Amino acid sequence: MSKPSPRRLADYAPIAFPAGMLLAFFVVPFGIMIAISFYHRVQGGFYEPAFEFANYERFLTAFFGGVLGFSLGLSSLVAVVAVLLAFPFTWLLVRQRRQVQVIWLVFLLSVLSLSEVIIGFAWSTLFSKTAGITNLFVALGLMDQAVSLYPSFGAVLAGMVYQAFPYTVLVLYPALSRLDPTLVEAARTLGASPFRAFFNVIVPSLRNTILATIIMVFVFALGSYLLPQLLGRPQQWTLSVLITDQAIYQSNMPFASAMAVFLVLVSLGLVGLSLLFGQREKA
Amino acid sequence: MSGLVLDHLVKRYGAFTAVHDAALRIPHGQFVCLLGPSGCGKTTLLRMIAGLDAPSGGRILIDDADITETPAHQRDFGMVFQSLALFPHLTVGENIAYPLRIRGKSKEDQRAAAERLLSLVRLPGVADRPVSKLSGGQRQRIAIARALALSPRLFLLDEPLSALDAKLREAMQIELKQLQQQLGITTIVVTHDQREAMTMADLVVVMSEGRILQAAPPVEVYRRPANAFVADFIGMTNLLPGTAAGAGRIAVGGGTLDVSDANIPADLVLSIRPEDVKIHESGEGANRLPGTVTFIRDLGASVEVRAEVAGQEIVAVTAPKHRPAVAAGATVSVEFPAEACVVLAK
Amino acid sequence: MMGTWPSRLVFACFGLFLAAPLAVVAGVAVNEKKSLTFPPEGFSLSWFGEIFANPEWFSALLASVGVAASASVLAVLIALPIAWFLWRWHAPFARIVQVLGLAPFILPPVITALGFLAFWSELGLYGEPWTVVISHGIFFVTLPLVTLTLGFDAIDGALVEAAATMGADEKTVLRTIVFPLIRPYIVSGLAFAFVLSLNEYIVAYMVVGFTVETLPIKIFNALRYGYTPTMAAVSILFVAVAAAVFGLIARFGDLPRLMGAWSPRDE
Repeated sequence: MSKPSPRRLADYAPIAFPAGMLLAFFVVPFGIMIAISFYHRVQGGFYEPAFEFANYERFLTAFFGGVLGFSLGLSSLVAVVAVLLAFPFTWLLVRQRRQVQVIWLVFLLSVLSLSEVIIGFAWSTLFSKTAGITNLFVALGLMDQAVSLYPSFGAVLAGMVYQAFPYTVLVLYPALSRLDPTLVEAARTLGASPFRAFFNVIVPSLRNTILATIIMVFVFALGSYLLPQLLGRPQQWTLSVLITDQAIYQSNMPFASAMAVFLVLVSLGLVGLSLLFGQREKA
Repeated sequence: MSGLVLDHLVKRYGAFTAVHDAALRIPHGQFVCLLGPSGCGKTTLLRMIAGLDAPSGGRILIDDADITETPAHQRDFGMVFQSLALFPHLTVGENIAYPLRIRGKSKEDQRAAAERLLSLVRLPGVADRPVSKLSGGQRQRIAIARALALSPRLFLLDEPLSALDAKLREAMQIELKQLQQQLGITTIVVTHDQREAMTMADLVVVMSEGRILQAAPPVEVYRRPANAFVADFIGMTNLLPGTAAGAGRIAVGGGTLDVSDANIPADLVLSIRPEDVKIHESGEGANRLPGTVTFIRDLGASVEVRAEVAGQEIVAVTAPKHRPAVAAGATVSVEFPAEACVVLAK
Repeated sequence: MMGTWPSRLVFACFGLFLAAPLAVVAGVAVNEKKSLTFPPEGFSLSWFGEIFANPEWFSALLASVGVAASASVLAVLIALPIAWFLWRWHAPFARIVQVLGLAPFILPPVITALGFLAFWSELGLYGEPWTVVISHGIFFVTLPLVTLTLGFDAIDGALVEAAATMGADEKTVLRTIVFPLIRPYIVSGLAFAFVLSLNEYIVAYMVVGFTVETLPIKIFNALRYGYTPTMAAVSILFVAVAAAVFGLIARFGDLPRLMGAWSPRDE
């Protein structure tokens, strides 16, 4: 029952609209952005067509290197922490009754869909001096007086892990819920404790999934642009923030575009890598 | 000719040929079973008849009209799928009335047709229920009723009873046969169950590896199988290799036997049904070979004796009252009555 | 299996982690005074009323809902033919279109946002309010594309064949069988795109940030001038909307399957 190939021109008609829309409003904008990254910037917020690598040469400055290094480091840290938290959580989740799973999925999706603005605002409130968590510590006698916990690196990390956690769970959910339960049962009947079964059987059998998930979450975290602004100091700004800043406030579209192109290449390379890991698991 | 004609149908999938040169004539009103092991091409043949798969070669004719290129939705055939393919978003009544609905029939007509067909399959009063609330046997009947809604020219069923348990399946076989006799509609059923085919069919079409091996009434397929595969696939049989030994005689199992077959190939296989083999406690006679009992089991309604004859195991089945007074290890005389011996080419 | 107690403890900890910031925001949203204090001093729902009473907040709410509603419809209109085409035909080139539809969601959003900024500026349409609808429609096409692809995959091919043997041509099959069966997936695709568009900041900001104020843009702008409890109320409203929408999807659809688990109905 293999599907037939389209034969007549009319058969192709239905896909013309979506293909045209994606071409006009996704591929073309992308192309324009790439073109602008080679343009020459004119003082005053404009640019003129050119073909120069000046915008890319700015990558070699210490400032850019610092931002890039920080972005990659922060995203890696977020990815690793999120997967470390989400993996055991998802493992327990897929073992719950369907009803419990559904409630958690609704909750996770609600948090995941939240605007970064709202997440940033919520964490800044939680870390604030007047309404924050330190008031609880004071009430419990753990601290002498309430303090503000942000802006700080820790606040950025907390906010970003919070944002990435539901995403990570939902990336892991299919793989873990399809995992053959007899695998664990087999390990258990051989005398492994739940913990040993988890670490000796489950984790190794999903090594590629875990790697692929870390990369996916890494790319997701690279996209965070408001949390570093709302919860961090300027030295904790990431590449995404810098791109926004250059495009909107410095009106330097060519440089912003060059950075965006760079970010695309990094992301695509990593997504490709994660697909490779994902594929290997299936084989 | 009136009826369905398959004119040398071929179906290829790349290098694999699913159906080789299938030629068949089915007169109107016949109940036909396409029978064979899984992967023999029977379902592909049925799907080509239905218009769901396009033949790679050959023609399909109905009452002399070539319908090879007619799309499925213009053939006016009714089909029951293995998965039943009941529409989950429609009620029982809406499922059955679907062919009428898409032809723009009024709601009253649809309703009346659904009720009529439901009583035909002996399930009145379930029209408003969702399909998911029915048992397997009930869903089966709904699928049959739906396929019959438009009094189709041809009624096709792909392993329709395979999902039912054994008892229900037997009851449905009889019911399906009675329904077909009542309506007189040409019916083609795909099945891998030879008992099912024997129960229902006027014409059994045995297939293997994409080829039609024999198309004949059930008794003939059983009594006069066309080759060793058919003999072995339809019921139990004993197969013994042998050679020709003059007119009406064959050499098997270290002796010679008289057979009633006229033309005997040089290299042959003797097929004899277990119920035709007779075990004698002793003595000699025509068409007998010496053997040793290896195993006996009483099955209640019958007794099965296994004996070794010249290194080959022979199975014999008798009624309990004819049970030979022997035990395992006993030497016996095994009779192969001439009229029961079927000589097949090797 | 792990004992119930340890796993309950784990769930409680994660629940606390996920809920804590929202709980604090909910607390300050019902604060009687305009100050940022927790636990709340007094109880008042007036800040929720403020969303509808204050013309600035209310127009932002209307803008957000309008953009989200039209963008989600556009996303479905783009995704539906792709998913149908991939299901109906064997056409490797259509996979490219599918990958294009999945790409915006996988790449960091700032990239798509900058692409749109460059694109609309080049066309001289920068800041036109309707451009954000197209931008969001493209940006969120991934969500209905994923739900619809799952929806089409879930259609038993025998149903279509059965309809054909009963005399239905392709259009009739689409109308009477395929469409009713994928309707839940259309709805969930719409809902996912709607909720995410409602919350989206960077694309909207880069495309129409200076002409249209959606709620996330409004909150961000308000944050820069200091705190007002209305933003807490809006945040809680958004959480409630998201929970309600996903709750409805779970009620009428198969959420675990949408999220990639084998459906128990499949087995």
